[in-house]
Amino acid sequence: MLVKIRRASDIKQSEITSQSDYLKRRQFLKAGVSAFAGLGLMRAGIGEAAIQRGPGKLEKIANIRETAYRPPEAITEYEHITTYNNFYEFGTGKSDPHRNAGTLKPRPWTVVVDGECEAPGEIGIEDILSGFTQEERIYRFRCVEAWSMVIPWVGVPLADLLKRFKPTSGAKYVAFQTLNDPEQMPGQRLPVLDWPYREGLRIDEAMHPLTLMATGLYGEVLPNQNGAPLRLVVPWKYGFKSIKSIVRISFTKREPEATWNMQNPREYGFYSNVNPEVDHPRWSQKYHRIIGAGLFAGKEKTQLFNGYGEEVAGLYAGMDLRKHF
Amino acid sequence: MPSLQQRIRWSKPVIFLACLLPLCLLVLRAVNNDLGANPVEALTHDTGDWALRFLLISLAVTPLRMLTGMSWLIRYRRMLGLFAFFYALVHFAIYLWIDQGFLWSEIIADILKRPYITLGFAAFLILVPLAVTSTKGMVRRLGKRWITLHRLVYASALLGILHFVWLVKADYREPGLYLLIFLLLMLFRIPPLRRRFQHA
Repeated sequence: MLVKIRRASDIKQSEITSQSDYLKRRQFLKAGVSAFAGLGLMRAGIGEAAIQRGPGKLEKIANIRETAYRPPEAITEYEHITTYNNFYEFGTGKSDPHRNAGTLKPRPWTVVVDGECEAPGEIGIEDILSGFTQEERIYRFRCVEAWSMVIPWVGVPLADLLKRFKPTSGAKYVAFQTLNDPEQMPGQRLPVLDWPYREGLRIDEAMHPLTLMATGLYGEVLPNQNGAPLRLVVPWKYGFKSIKSIVRISFTKREPEATWNMQNPREYGFYSNVNPEVDHPRWSQKYHRIIGAGLFAGKEKTQLFNGYGEEVAGLYAGMDLRKHF
Repeated sequence: MPSLQQRIRWSKPVIFLACLLPLCLLVLRAVNNDLGANPVEALTHDTGDWALRFLLISLAVTPLRMLTGMSWLIRYRRMLGLFAFFYALVHFAIYLWIDQGFLWSEIIADILKRPYITLGFAAFLILVPLAVTSTKGMVRRLGKRWITLHRLVYASALLGILHFVWLVKADYREPGLYLLIFLLLMLFRIPPLRRRFQHA
């Protein structure tokens, strides 16, 4: 099926639901859920209705399962999530991806999976969307530049996807690669980074239940500027680990190359776990600014592992996080 | 036909208002909630950009005079330099107030520990005595020492540009362009070149 992906820049201001309206709607829906439950009526479909929905310009993802992954913080507005991006493939300015990502063609899209696995192969985006239950995961997102958002992703636990390809005991790491095509990604014409963008995780990080292969945002397929059609989301690591527009996944024996780590190993470690105690050499990581909180909102204290320590601290037991930053 | 004197007198308020335009546009965007997802960053970057631009514009006055022989251009230099200081002041105030919320412990740690902030702070500090001694009375009182003192503006501009270079993550094109323009303008300050252009 050929899906026409419109640019998010087509959105009219009037079509964007404000954050307060979302909250009101959630309240209303919750009230509705309890009312139905009280009447002993069927609750089927209610969970679906509570899914965060965007402005409706992009294709809706059907049958999204609601999950318990929802932090207490207010969800960042769709407009902010889709106009303030670091995606150097479309330019190094924050609003460049929103302006320039229209050249990306997210359909058809195939991901090659190879390396240390029994069943290497390919998988298309349509198969990922139809062959796996899509879950809504509302995660905090902390950028290495000391700002943060709360994003209602839609996606598949990465572990579920990876298991299809039967990784062997030799698979110690997972490497990811972004599309390398300057025609679709004009930013790649400049050697700002060593293209293609690459990232990697240790296999236990990749298999962790929090790690998500995102297919959508606000109940709709991913806008191009957010890494369409498929991107990684690792909520306890700095945002640059969450590689976008993935075309290749490889199981490897050794620690794979990671773009920012290669660019400046002193500033960007392979792990890049959110850690207020380990500053970036040029700026502090103790606080971050919440996008959408307003001009005078001030900053918030950054939490170790971006507040997901309870779930992920065990992955790093006994490791010196200052050394393995 | 109005005299040169009169034309300079009339044009000064026009240029003054033009120099205020970037700030007006920024305030307008802030009032209209049009600063994007990260308004603090937008305010900081925009005022910092304009401080550097006005520094370079004021440094361009002398080379322009040399190349064109329009010696009256010097009459606008003080105003342009003061606007560089003005935008640097607004930039610094936004950092202290909106960005850091007057958290002095964090601010002092930032200035001491973060090289790019150290450089930016130094660039700003240098501009303070230059702004203070910009009045006609001070120029007269300081005499020859005024010129020596005001050569510090070269250091301020260089530090300001390095402040920008150092905060960039990977794309050095914009700060690189500022550095290139700065170096080009500095060529005119090298004595043999300076003499050549002055005689031309």
